[in-house]
Amino acid sequence: MPTGITSNELWLIAPELIITLFACLALVVDIVAGRGRGRWTALFCLTGIGFALISTGILYSEHHGSERAAFYRMVAVDDYAIFFKFLFLIAAALTILISVRYLDVERHQSGEFYALIMFAVLGMMFMASGTDLLSLYVSLELMAIAVYVLVGYLRNDRKSNEAAIKYFLLGAFSSGIMLYGISLFYGAAASTNLSDISAAVVELTAEGQPMRYLLLIALVLMAAGMCFKIAAVPFHMWAPDAYEGAPTPVTAFMSVAVKAASFAMFTRIFLDGFGAMRYLPGGLPGWALILGIAAAVTITWGNIAATTQKNVKRLLAYSSIGHAGYLLLGLVAGNRTGYTGILIYLLVYTFMNLGAWTVIIALRREGIAGDEVEDLNGLVHKAPALAVFMLVFLLALAGIPPTAGFIGKYYIFLALIEAGSVESNPWMYALAVLAVLMTAVAIYYYYTIVKAMFLTDSDAKIAVEPTRVQWSVAAAAFVLTIGMGVLPQFFINRSVEAARRFQVYPQRPQAAPTPARSTAPQTGQLRQRDNGTNEN
Amino acid sequence: MNELMLGKLHILSLVTWLPAAGALALLFFHKEKTDQIRVFANAWAALCFVVSLPLLVAFDRSKAGFQFIEDHQWIPSIGVRYQMGIDGMALVLIVLTTLLGAIAALSSWNYIRTREKEFYVFLLLLQTGMLGVFVALDFFLFYVFWEVMLVPMYFIIGIWGGENRLYAAIKFFLYTLVGSVVMLLAILKLYFTLPELVASHSSELNAWLAPFAGNEATTNMVRNAAQAAGASTQTAFASSFNIPIFHALGQFIPLDAQIWLWAAFFIGFAIKVPMFPFHTWLPDAHVEAPTAGSVILAGVLLKLGTYGFLRFSLPILPGASVDARVLNVVVPLAVIGIIYGALLSLYFIYTSSDMKKLVAYSSVSHMGMVMLGIFAANPNGINGAIVQMVNHGISTSALFLIVGVLYERRHTRQISEYSGLSQVMPVFATIFLIMTMSSIGLPLLNGFIGEFLILRGAFERNVWWGVWAVTGIVLGAAYMLWLYQKTMFGRIEQPENEKLPDLSRREVAYFLPLVVLAFAIGILPQQFILNYIQTPTQYIVSQVDRSYVQPKQAALQPAATDSPEGTGSK
Repeated sequence: MPTGITSNELWLIAPELIITLFACLALVVDIVAGRGRGRWTALFCLTGIGFALISTGILYSEHHGSERAAFYRMVAVDDYAIFFKFLFLIAAALTILISVRYLDVERHQSGEFYALIMFAVLGMMFMASGTDLLSLYVSLELMAIAVYVLVGYLRNDRKSNEAAIKYFLLGAFSSGIMLYGISLFYGAAASTNLSDISAAVVELTAEGQPMRYLLLIALVLMAAGMCFKIAAVPFHMWAPDAYEGAPTPVTAFMSVAVKAASFAMFTRIFLDGFGAMRYLPGGLPGWALILGIAAAVTITWGNIAATTQKNVKRLLAYSSIGHAGYLLLGLVAGNRTGYTGILIYLLVYTFMNLGAWTVIIALRREGIAGDEVEDLNGLVHKAPALAVFMLVFLLALAGIPPTAGFIGKYYIFLALIEAGSVESNPWMYALAVLAVLMTAVAIYYYYTIVKAMFLTDSDAKIAVEPTRVQWSVAAAAFVLTIGMGVLPQFFINRSVEAARRFQVYPQRPQAAPTPARSTAPQTGQLRQRDNGTNEN
Repeated sequence: MNELMLGKLHILSLVTWLPAAGALALLFFHKEKTDQIRVFANAWAALCFVVSLPLLVAFDRSKAGFQFIEDHQWIPSIGVRYQMGIDGMALVLIVLTTLLGAIAALSSWNYIRTREKEFYVFLLLLQTGMLGVFVALDFFLFYVFWEVMLVPMYFIIGIWGGENRLYAAIKFFLYTLVGSVVMLLAILKLYFTLPELVASHSSELNAWLAPFAGNEATTNMVRNAAQAAGASTQTAFASSFNIPIFHALGQFIPLDAQIWLWAAFFIGFAIKVPMFPFHTWLPDAHVEAPTAGSVILAGVLLKLGTYGFLRFSLPILPGASVDARVLNVVVPLAVIGIIYGALLSLYFIYTSSDMKKLVAYSSVSHMGMVMLGIFAANPNGINGAIVQMVNHGISTSALFLIVGVLYERRHTRQISEYSGLSQVMPVFATIFLIMTMSSIGLPLLNGFIGEFLILRGAFERNVWWGVWAVTGIVLGAAYMLWLYQKTMFGRIEQPENEKLPDLSRREVAYFLPLVVLAFAIGILPQQFILNYIQTPTQYIVSQVDRSYVQPKQAALQPAATDSPEGTGSK
């Protein structure tokens, strides 16, 4: 263990430092520029994100394939963290780009909006690289508090206020639950570090150990807390209200970046920390079962509830609940295909979902909220390009090839089939069947939007005029959504290398009376995984 | 012109993507300039047909395996390759597709008078999707085309359809999507199983490849796929989506697993065919779709289901395909489809309701016949099934065009609105008569060849199958003749019908190829179709029935005399 903090370690978190610097300075820039000049702050923040992207790129080229722990093993810089940092930074940049005109229309153009996004991104970046329950928790709160404020940003809008309060109360509640889980883990394992925990739980959960029930409770608490964050059923109630009430760019940001960050943390904790608890010996349910049920319920409920929505924001909110279910399945499958699937799914989801939100935001114009399904009526006549973009985004969200969404779903389904074959677990097949059938339900509600855009004539005559920036963001998302579907190899490679750090945790033999024998290789493997690639 | 030359031109990619290129080009037209759009789209569709014709000439009809193979790297880390290739069965369906594509475009000249640009864009995209399904030799590629095709069809029904179009469009989409996603799981399971199969059955693979000795491209493709899947290790999974290698090794999957996989494929294909009880989307879609949509739907889309059975279910899962558990479900469903479709058609005539509904239900009946032929799983049955697929594409498309012609003139499809039309529209009545006869299987017309072969195959397999099929044919004759009598003969009772114009030159132009084909296949079936499909048929039969010895080249002759003999003896 290193003593003290070296400059080397600071270099490892250079992107985060840049974001911190620019976020703080953004508040100053806002004052200097004066009221109503939020655009300058936006530009300033974009510059900061640009620098952060460059430094992340440098880190990637320097540390590619290796893992560097820093700050007393509080954070680690590995391909996984860097993958997500790229994702968050790009999502944040796109969010800022589509926010500018929206805030103009809302007459709420001010700089702190962009600064808050920067702070949220800072939290996310640490969520992706945290390797200690405490650093992860603090990063989560940093992100969450910034987003609570963003949700209630339109202070004259009652819906926005209501959404913020709901989100805040339930978010605080879930943080409390998770914190309780963390304390239990600390009590049992005497450490909050994920690798220490993973080494400890193997023995602590063996049959006959008194601590195993406590750990199971702790696991359930952690799972509940995380499920709140990713809006998995039954902890999803806040999502539709918060998504509907929040300013639309914030909704976009939440459904993409916040969700990805929560998944980054979820996956890291459950694989690096609690991997051995995927299956528990002696008839106790491991997290494969718990999350499997949660995923099944989430997919079913998210998709079915979405079919009755008339408001596009609520509809997409329920759809994003459904997507959380699909992502959970990657974790449930518990193999490399599944881990890769989570990453590539999040990647493609970011672009297709941001694209869809961009189109919705472009519809927000003076006097028209633009978030009812009816507001999309006849869009193909008013703005044909936007309508076609939206069609592709929706097809991608539903997982129709050759869009990027299919690649994500492909990996999730393949992971389940693989798990079903390798572990000869028929439930995995059942989950796969449920998951594919729900894509048909998804098509049904996505097509209410398509129907409005292409098959219904509009009575409102107000033109739809996206700004050049909005149009470009939608077009870029469109190109990526198609491109990642047709030529996904590059993105698959990035996801595979990011997921490489995770172990596969197979079912432990039921009749193993001596846990030490069966578990020793597992803990050993956990540390030795990078032996081959460490040197580049 | 030979295979090598066309292969260098990437002829299959060209045929497949040419319609999509046309759709792309159409995007640059101004949407108000409808005449330009129409001319361009029609010319392009005709071009697509012309480009597909060299395939017929260059195709080596006696060669086993796949031809015009294209094989390129696509997504290496998941074993996906851009692989295309066709056999005789795919070939005839491809040419049918390009022909019907051109006809559908031409038939829309006057019919489609709103949003023309979008219409032709969707029509051309749809064509690429359908052609892609026939040429794909990689499961992943196949699945992409299979799904992507739903989107343009949805819009064709949903935008230019009848009153209830929104319901019909989404119903079509959802039904077929449910089927195809379940099929996707089966594909993934096969993909995942392949490395084990390769590891344990490499010697059988070589034996399987032996009959394809003259076809380097096919054997190389399969060997490469085997090599890719064989490289799979515990830590680095690798496999292949190559379809022929599943033909080779699918038989070694344990029977119980085969049945599950078979069931998943069955859901995908049976919905597409459609088999009773999955057929309910079809009447809705047909009734609401514009004429061109119905033509494509009946002419090509339904064949994708039966094509799926012949290309995937039977060769890959032969054990399940002849298993009693499977046949006890599939054959009764096919028989119910035959009888039920025919009875409902009769009922629609009796109540003088919508003609399109009648033709739609007759499709259910006809496709039931095809299914019976497929599951007879003997050379006659499968030959008949493929011929009947083409026939159905010709005659049912023509019937939909006929209904479309009437609808364009009178804006109604109620049978009760028409009578005695042969007096005012003699040319139309003649064509209608030919197509009616083709549909009920009059000798010297195409329908007879298909039905005869299917019947023969069914009787060879099980007398009762044949009996049921005959019932369907008798009922089919009843409703078609009754329809013809009601609408064409008698006196003109509706004053609006007295001045109906006969077919225009454009309309004759799109009926003519269908009429010519109906006669050509009826009179010279051997030259026009059987020669192309005999090799694939024998291949499929040998896959399902290991004891069946594929006749070598010389055996083409005895099989060749089969059908003319049958024609004479009936």
